[in-house]
Amino acid sequence: MYAGQSVKRVDAFDKVTGRTKYTDDLCDRKAYIARVLHSTIANGKVLRIDTSEAEKVPGVVKIVTCFDLKEKHYYPTAGHPWSTDPSHQDVADRLMLTERVRFYGDDIAAVVAEDEVAAAQALHLIRVDYEEYPFVLDVQKAMEDGAPQLHEAYPNNILKHTQIRLGDYEKAIQEPGLIKVEGWYETPVVQHCHIENFICYAEMEGNRITVVSSTQIPHIVRRVVGQALGIEWGRVRIVKPYLGGGFGNKQDILYEPLCAWLSMLTGGHLVKLDVPREETFVCTRTRHSIRNHIISWVRPDGTYAARKLEAFSDQGAYASHGHSICAKGAGAFPQLYPCKNVEVDAYTVFTNKSVAGAMRGYGIPQAMWAVESHTEDVVAALGDDPLAFRRRNLMPKGYVDGFSKNELYEDSFNQCLDKAMAAIDYERKYKEYQNQTGDVRRGIGMAVFWYNTAVWPISLESSSCRMVLNQDGSFQLQVAETEIGQGADTAFAQMAADVVGVPLEKVHVVSCQDTDITPFGTGAYASRQTYVAGFSIRQTGLLLKERILDYAHELTRMPVFNLDIKNGNIVRITDGRVLMSLGELATQALYSLSDSRHITAESTYQIKSNAYSFGCTIAEVEVDIPMCKTKLLNVVNCHDAGKLINPALAEAQVHGGMSMGIGFGLSEKLIYDEKTGRPLNNNLLDYKLSTFLDHPRLMAEFVQNPEPTSAFGTKSLGEPPACSVAPAIRNAIYHATGVGVNNAPADAHNLFRAFTQAGLIHDER
Amino acid sequence: MSKQYKLIRCRINGKEREAMIDVRASLTDLLRNDFRLTSVKKGCEVGECGACNVLINGECFNSCIYLAIWADGKDILTLEGLEGPDGELSDIQQAFIDEAAVQCGFCTPGAIMSAVEILNEGRELSDEEIRIRMSGHLCRCTGYENIFRAVKKTMLARLAAAEKNK
Repeated sequence: MYAGQSVKRVDAFDKVTGRTKYTDDLCDRKAYIARVLHSTIANGKVLRIDTSEAEKVPGVVKIVTCFDLKEKHYYPTAGHPWSTDPSHQDVADRLMLTERVRFYGDDIAAVVAEDEVAAAQALHLIRVDYEEYPFVLDVQKAMEDGAPQLHEAYPNNILKHTQIRLGDYEKAIQEPGLIKVEGWYETPVVQHCHIENFICYAEMEGNRITVVSSTQIPHIVRRVVGQALGIEWGRVRIVKPYLGGGFGNKQDILYEPLCAWLSMLTGGHLVKLDVPREETFVCTRTRHSIRNHIISWVRPDGTYAARKLEAFSDQGAYASHGHSICAKGAGAFPQLYPCKNVEVDAYTVFTNKSVAGAMRGYGIPQAMWAVESHTEDVVAALGDDPLAFRRRNLMPKGYVDGFSKNELYEDSFNQCLDKAMAAIDYERKYKEYQNQTGDVRRGIGMAVFWYNTAVWPISLESSSCRMVLNQDGSFQLQVAETEIGQGADTAFAQMAADVVGVPLEKVHVVSCQDTDITPFGTGAYASRQTYVAGFSIRQTGLLLKERILDYAHELTRMPVFNLDIKNGNIVRITDGRVLMSLGELATQALYSLSDSRHITAESTYQIKSNAYSFGCTIAEVEVDIPMCKTKLLNVVNCHDAGKLINPALAEAQVHGGMSMGIGFGLSEKLIYDEKTGRPLNNNLLDYKLSTFLDHPRLMAEFVQNPEPTSAFGTKSLGEPPACSVAPAIRNAIYHATGVGVNNAPADAHNLFRAFTQAGLIHDER
Repeated sequence: MSKQYKLIRCRINGKEREAMIDVRASLTDLLRNDFRLTSVKKGCEVGECGACNVLINGECFNSCIYLAIWADGKDILTLEGLEGPDGELSDIQQAFIDEAAVQCGFCTPGAIMSAVEILNEGRELSDEEIRIRMSGHLCRCTGYENIFRAVKKTMLARLAAAEKNK
């Protein structure tokens, strides 16, 4: 059995030797270089673009402006499965280049040149005249009557408003003796910061267009490139090499349609569009900033009588993944701490900012910031204990969600909390850090989360797998679930080796995906990879095995029910004798003069289940109050992600998510100039990604309750580690200082404001 | 500025090399484009992320903000130069595999080169020193934890081996 073992990554050797080829490494040097000209106003209309000076730059091949886009095919960009039901389709509001600009950084023209320098020089020489409109950056101001309107079809800029109503909130709050706890909790715009920027290149072969792209979702990109260009989808081929990280940003159609178009406009020539870091920050996607307003009515015995959430999600200028992010977070609200009377109103609202899309956690990190910060406020109002309150009110074992049918099968929350507390010595520290005084204080805090696995029943869940047997008894494994750094290929190889019965090295995972070759599937997102691919790998592996044993029956004359494949050999079950190797069988099958067969298997499994994943974070901090500085001393995450296929890689995955959560809690925010709408810190120096020095040792713990609906007992782990870290840090700061920092991140700026307000420090300006 | 070219001579991964280069080119461009040493990654091109780090005369630099003409007469080592003649891995490369310090792999080449600079000093660094020395690398996948483990483990193994050979 390989599942459950910490085997080494199948791609590790190539990655430590520099052999691994990413998009830019594959692109031929003859490629023309494309650069995009972006809007330098936050809202308005392009009146004229003067390219005359830019055209004179030697090496410029072509300059294309928004006025050259004659056929306007609006397209959606969210990396969601297509829906044949128009009412479930994503909002199609993008054009490859646009006259009507809606954020500082919108795409208005493109230069194609023979080299980078010519492209950059030409870009600087293009003159643009705009008609400027007023703009709006604040999510709630954008909803006011009279606010600048971004899209005609969405009055008050509201992309979508959804509600949840359980019980009778208004009646429930009449109950005598209730304590009201109310707060506003807000998360900032942050960015994925995968170290490989977005990059793609395109060229024509015959009348088809090939785009090689750093994408998580090749089959979805294929469809959208077809939609954007107005050509048949079969004329588009998308190739996905190794990725230098994605984290959801590359779960969106970014510049693939434009790059394909530029190739078509230059006679099918190879065109590369390599997005610089500064533009990746502003012009690809960001995480939605969400402002949450929570009111809880709590009984003196520490139980909830009624609860209310209003969430205002800042979509930025275009719909992208849209309301699904805010809706996911809002959907967690009545489930995490079940309560009979709940009102939820979730709004997703356009503003003149960068476009928000999918990012690791998909709305849950924002929701957990609000919900778990608020939980701490409730605990404080009651004079309760953070742990006891959570144990009393958290989703209990046996809880079933009516919509997804997800179930909490085991006592996962308490098990995770127990394990995390033991790892960090919580109880001792919690007591020790009570009631401190002085400038430098320590605190310890916790936060929990749940996370779905995959997207059923909101959307299609389907996985296809192909296995092709080689002469030596090894086989190629193909699935459309993409390796983006998380280690999916290794987990898939482990699963496939177990199902077919071969040594791990006999499984060759085809990591590079090509929509002409790879079986259909929707890609890497929703922490779905091991869960959904598990079904198709098991099903296809059994099919391959059946075909192998059928041929083994021909060769050995033994009945199939007495045969098995073990360790790459055909074995007679009755006495355990090895009858032949799989390599011998495969060679005979291929070259047989009487019955030649190329043994392969391919199948699709449509997944109609989903699974809750659970976990918690406990963080210990030291806060220097006059310096408004927080040092993270210790941090632990504990996850119930079901059975782990590869514990070492799972642990590594958790470290990465924790790191992203630490940045979310302590340092990261993309800032926009109030006067111009211009982003101010769109580079890795001014945008404070956490570094080697900002982390203590990261502790990752697991509770492994096998998920009963799953093909291999697994459930989501990719995104969960980023979900509860930031609020745990916030609650630790609260424990240390008695001050709740409700606006993330808890950086010096926000701590200064919160400490001043609380009277801990005095603003002497 | 019009194009100007200059001939440079340097050692790259142990071999004497010559190249006519655009004087505006960075060392990253030279290594990636002229010698196809694609382990040298571009993550920011302004010296913020560390993905392009290489050793120049034994010292680690961001090759993206190091002009190619400055490489004239220098000894340059990229990740490709770490493997032995028969493709055997160096200890630090093996440690990155064993400690699961590799995920997407994009920051890996640069991080390994910084680790090589540290390890070649042949002294024991404190945890804090290792963190400071590695802090020029941004990584979004690993949380730095397993990279730290790989560097520390290799450092201790080398020191133990050196002690034994005394």
